[in-house]
Amino acid sequence: MNQADLPRWATAFALPLLNLFSALLVAAGVIYLLGESPVESLSILVNSAVLNPEGLGYTLFYAATFIFTGLSVSVAMQAGLFNIGSEGQMYLGGLGLTLVLLWLDSSLPGWLLIPLAMLGAAVFGAAWSFLPGYLQAKRGSHVVVTTIMFNFISASLMNYIIVSFMIPAGQQNTASRVFADAAWLPKLNGLFPILGETPLNISFVLALLALVIYGVMVWRTTWGYQLRATGLNQHAAHYAGISISKTIIVTMMISGALAGLAAVNSVMGSTHYLNLNFPAGAGFIGIAIALMGRQHPVGILLSSILFGALIQGGFDLSLEKPNIPTETFIFIQGLIILFCGAMENLYAPALSALFKRKEK
Amino acid sequence: MQPAVEFQHISKRFGAVHANRDVSFSIAPGSIHGVIGENGAGKSTLMSILYGYYRADSGKLLINGAEQNIRNSQEAIDLGIGMVHQHFMLVENMTVLDNVMLGTEGGFRLKPKRHEVEAKLREICKRYSLDVDPLATIQDLSVGVQQRVEILKQIYRSANILILDEPTAVLTVQETASLFEVLRLFKEQGKTIILITHKLQEILEITDQVTVMRGGTVIGSVATKDTTTSQMAEMMVGRPIVTHLPRAAYAPGETVLEVKDLNLVNSQKVSLLKNVSFNIRAGEIVAIAGVSGNGQSEILEVLSGMRLPTSGKLQMQGKDLPFAGRKDADGLPATFRDLGIAHVPEDRLRDAVVKNFSVMMNSFLGYQKKLGKAFGLLDYKSIMKNCADLLAKFDVRPSDPDLRIALLSGGNQQKVVMAREIAANPTLMLVGQPTRGVDIGTIESLHTRLLAMRDAGIAILLVSVELEEVRALADRILVISGGAITGELKAEEFDATQIGCLMGGIHTH
Repeated sequence: MNQADLPRWATAFALPLLNLFSALLVAAGVIYLLGESPVESLSILVNSAVLNPEGLGYTLFYAATFIFTGLSVSVAMQAGLFNIGSEGQMYLGGLGLTLVLLWLDSSLPGWLLIPLAMLGAAVFGAAWSFLPGYLQAKRGSHVVVTTIMFNFISASLMNYIIVSFMIPAGQQNTASRVFADAAWLPKLNGLFPILGETPLNISFVLALLALVIYGVMVWRTTWGYQLRATGLNQHAAHYAGISISKTIIVTMMISGALAGLAAVNSVMGSTHYLNLNFPAGAGFIGIAIALMGRQHPVGILLSSILFGALIQGGFDLSLEKPNIPTETFIFIQGLIILFCGAMENLYAPALSALFKRKEK
Repeated sequence: MQPAVEFQHISKRFGAVHANRDVSFSIAPGSIHGVIGENGAGKSTLMSILYGYYRADSGKLLINGAEQNIRNSQEAIDLGIGMVHQHFMLVENMTVLDNVMLGTEGGFRLKPKRHEVEAKLREICKRYSLDVDPLATIQDLSVGVQQRVEILKQIYRSANILILDEPTAVLTVQETASLFEVLRLFKEQGKTIILITHKLQEILEITDQVTVMRGGTVIGSVATKDTTTSQMAEMMVGRPIVTHLPRAAYAPGETVLEVKDLNLVNSQKVSLLKNVSFNIRAGEIVAIAGVSGNGQSEILEVLSGMRLPTSGKLQMQGKDLPFAGRKDADGLPATFRDLGIAHVPEDRLRDAVVKNFSVMMNSFLGYQKKLGKAFGLLDYKSIMKNCADLLAKFDVRPSDPDLRIALLSGGNQQKVVMAREIAANPTLMLVGQPTRGVDIGTIESLHTRLLAMRDAGIAILLVSVELEEVRALADRILVISGGAITGELKAEEFDATQIGCLMGGIHTH
């Protein structure tokens, strides 16, 4: 019994919702065991992440980063590549934009500076993923292995660069200097004052734009057709005259560029300096988002918002309920990855049996 | 005498499809019973019911006169029913012995059982004169011997009713002959054999009784000695079948492809093609006949740009095919396609289609660059229209462009591939095993298409292991053996015995 027997809407909506519901059910059980009321906890979570406008602002702020990392992992998956390295590529993207800003932020106006910095982020992210892509295409070194290693390398490299070269004299914080105002991304609370003091900025709009471009590129162009053909059947792609190694390398670079762009939101929109370990796992969350959103633009958007809400709501929850530690978010996140990724077809047999019975 | 197997009013539906409808017939013990029918006629469903994969919606199944309700394959095995699948169920890197034991190990320690099974296997091999070494590794064995291992497995499990699904599809003429020897021995020992096949000649040669199915129902069950191939074909298809397709007089034009001293050595330094030279002219079909695995696949791969030759000169309409200086063939098929070379690959599911794409998405695989508009955007509206036209023209069923191609039967998938390659208006058409696993009605229509292309002046290279197909289509026949061309015949010189010798590497001249 495979999921192909199921109607499209069932695999697209019913299965992910059932999986999500299962994950939340297990989480509720654990919250109950911690001595708190699951219902009350859930209402705090929903309230602070979605219903409260300022909370919603934070949720969408986190989501903007996740959309980019989710896209990064998704585009690679379309070509059959499992890019685990978005975390490191995002980290290097942060370096790219910081170098541009440290160099030019006192001399250029914002409208020129911000796109240049974003270009820097994308180029550095792409460059960092070029080598794993090249090794996969030409030497057959598995991209999962190389990108994991590149995550470690990037962490050490960035540690070295930030600590040795970027910390201004007399500063204790392991971070670069604060960028000039011209480099600060315009916030959306100017347009929507109800959002209050949230860091939600134009990168959320850019993320939505990226989703649209991704959708058009993958499903509506020759390039996307070749990408997906390569991902689904490399033999047939070769037969069709598609250059497999070029597809792999280019896709990995696009994936890396998207991961690099994920750095823009938090570095240029919130902290305004480059600090140690700023990606904070966003690259890995991108994997969960790509799996849960089934690499579909709408799916990526919804799961990014979900994960943003979990971070925001989970943080408030741990403030209000001392019995529930901050790690709860990571725990719930893990459950969602488990149910939506590893066991995504858990309910498929039952569901298709249900349909079979209906048909008779 | 009680029939070994009796189907009584068996019906089975899958959704809207009536796979079996009121199927009733019986199979005498100690006989060889053929079951024939086109793809989708319901043969496989019926055998799956017998072997416990599916359960019938209604009807009775009697084994040796007793009504049985077979719920899974284990219960079928317990009743002495064995099945040899078209695709072998063997672990490639294990020995014959281990494969036979698999599933019947019976204990924590393997060694004592292994000795016991080995002795028993040797005894079985002797009794049925099956020449198989129990200690050989599967991947070292030829396809024919691998099939014997499958049969051996069934005998070891004391199967008395043996179902063989398209057993000769992958065998050479000689291997088929020796398989039939084995089957005759089985019959003498009182075992019952059910043979599912497309090949009517084989039905005549070996079966005692034949049941013809069409559209899920039994059309008739007749004694083989009272029937003929054309009568059976007509029962299967429901209309008379033309055995000799009309073709224009042989009038080849200029040389389209010139292959000179083509050599191919693989990474293990094994020589796969040795000084292969031939040419193809416009408006002729040149067939390469040979036992599969003798280099014909490699010729197709090289000529379609999927693989680089080690050395040799390839000229298309007087110009060298552009592969000099390349390190690998990555992306090369696109260049060859642009030069007017279309390719229907041998391995349809591996190379010719993306299974998880719709029929529509597969209808332009290989030609995607040509369809890209500004920014590479694909105009799905016009692609959809073209695809629907192709499906109608080639009578693909069901003619739904949005259906995943994996859900079509093999014959219909092949029609889609053939339609796509013909629609590209090639100068040279490479065709590998165009009718493998395809039913009679579809074979006829695919052959008609190929002959029409030939008559229209297109050069066609056909690779086929079916001599019948070579005979039906070829203007010239090249025979390949061990990577070298061992002989060339004109269509009118067709002689199965001589070709058979050449295929075995024996020169008769």
